Amino acid sequence: MAETGSDEPTARRRRFFFIITGAAVLATIVGVALLMNIFERKQEARNPFYRVVELTDDTEDPAAWGKNFPLQYDDYKRTVDQVRTRFGGSEALPRTPTKADPRSVASQSKVEEDPRLKVMWAGYAFAQDFREERGHAYMLDDQIFTERQQVVKQPGTCIQCHASVYVPYKKAGDGDLIKGFEKVNQMPYFEARKLVSHPVACIDCHDPSTMQLRVTRPGFLEGMRAFKASQGIRNYNVNEQATRQEMRAYVCGQCHVEYYFKGPEKRLVYPWANGLKVEEIQAYYDEAQFKDWTHADTGAPVLKAQHPEFELWNQGIHARSGVTCADCHMPYKREGALKISDHHVRSPVLNINRACQTCHKWPEEELKARVETIQERTYKLRNVAMDALIDLIKDLKAAKGAGKTDSELAMAQNFQRKAQFYLDFVEAENSTGFHAPPEAARILGESIDFSRKGQKTLHNGK
Amino acid sequence: MEAYTIQGILLGAVIGVAIGIGVYTFAYAKGWSYLTDDPAACANCHVMREQFDGWLKSSHRAVATCNNCHTPENFTGKYATKLSNGFWHSFFFTMGGYEDNIQIRQHSREITEHACRTCHDEIVGAIEAAHPASSGGRLACLRCHNSVGHLQ
Repeated sequence: MAETGSDEPTARRRRFFFIITGAAVLATIVGVALLMNIFERKQEARNPFYRVVELTDDTEDPAAWGKNFPLQYDDYKRTVDQVRTRFGGSEALPRTPTKADPRSVASQSKVEEDPRLKVMWAGYAFAQDFREERGHAYMLDDQIFTERQQVVKQPGTCIQCHASVYVPYKKAGDGDLIKGFEKVNQMPYFEARKLVSHPVACIDCHDPSTMQLRVTRPGFLEGMRAFKASQGIRNYNVNEQATRQEMRAYVCGQCHVEYYFKGPEKRLVYPWANGLKVEEIQAYYDEAQFKDWTHADTGAPVLKAQHPEFELWNQGIHARSGVTCADCHMPYKREGALKISDHHVRSPVLNINRACQTCHKWPEEELKARVETIQERTYKLRNVAMDALIDLIKDLKAAKGAGKTDSELAMAQNFQRKAQFYLDFVEAENSTGFHAPPEAARILGESIDFSRKGQKTLHNGK
Repeated sequence: MEAYTIQGILLGAVIGVAIGIGVYTFAYAKGWSYLTDDPAACANCHVMREQFDGWLKSSHRAVATCNNCHTPENFTGKYATKLSNGFWHSFFFTMGGYEDNIQIRQHSREITEHACRTCHDEIVGAIEAAHPASSGGRLACLRCHNSVGHLQ
């Protein structure tokens, strides 16, 4: 009895010892882990980045920049993601690779989704193949393998916005960016393709020594100079005169714009000499007597609008409030104690908290519903405008078939040219009206008016 | 030496290390500052940087600190709120997985709504008497005046 009496407290004491020790060890581990975490955060807050490689004005490879800016680089690489939104975004659809096109994944075809587009673009390469745009990472491949390449011989001009061109242009121009640009414009596309190796990269938008935003594409430098000249500002230089906030739109406006290839030297020109609004651009093309192609069914000298995001955004409330592309498409995000711009450029609808809720203090579902209401309305109006245009094309085709000459049809053809450009201005624009809702509606309304007036001239002529 | 003594020394050492690290972490993380009213303390852990910067430029800077609007006036309420918010803030900041544009909890929003009335009771009372909220609840000052304390 006496023995067990002295054994029990020993066993209890031993158990007590192990439990307390275990708890103290656990507390130590948690304490050290927390300490390390706090230490890391403090370090992050102190050093925004580490310079591990020297970047020069010739460092083309984004992976080299990624060594100094790994967080931004990781996000940049994620532009391969394919996610659909209600009206935009791309879906990763499997396809059987062919010899001419080895892509095993492609996005949905817009001309198959809405065959009216084929009628609008009859006689032009876009009627052959036009797919939903994918992320930045695909810009090179998707330009090489589109079936449009098989229908027409594309010029080297295209490369300006389908690759990282700053260093290749400088090389081609022996150090002169503009000379290189002019030289590459005149090459056949596949020859120009050999000069470039990356999709849009860090150096296209950033100064390598200061990381400040910088416009490198000649098309925008010249386009903006012409636009500012129309407002009375002479010799405007974007890189010297634009504010930091303006640059957050301008670097994107380097490519997300309306453009055409001018003259036999195929110079890339942004048609902004009269202004950025659709009627000002249309007037520019009319003065230049430019046409993209002759419509196969009607003989009208027509235009193709190309993704005028920058122009439409300029007419909207966000632009007026000083909110730029980067604010919504590359919003600030937190990585530990660091605040960085999200370089995974994508639809703000996929990133509502960061993109919208910085300013709009409403629930995510509410904000998404607002966006989709605007897009839904624009899309309905776009369909009405599309039907009106198809009616006009049908009537024009019939009149042509009945033996009317081009000079008799000139007025109606001109209405088609306008109706089609206005409609395409909203159709090709990648926000389904969101970048400037009332302006998009105004443009579509005028497009419908042009189509119906065109029909009227035909019927009055009978 | 007896087994007890060795065990005792070991236990003492282990607990001592745990307490030492705990105290050091507390000091290193400026733990004491959280017990004060100094607004800079709220930006210690980086997440409130924008809010702090916004407050520095706000109209309320001269008359109210973070605690005036985000904690109740009474002693227990104030420290209970500090304890609860402090725990969840450090938890999420350490573990990650929170939204970049942080959102106020309903309970905290009510504390702030109440705080508005501490100073502006007269005018709010007059407005509420003339325009009762349609849902039967109180009018929300923050619905329109959410940027007076700090823009972000």
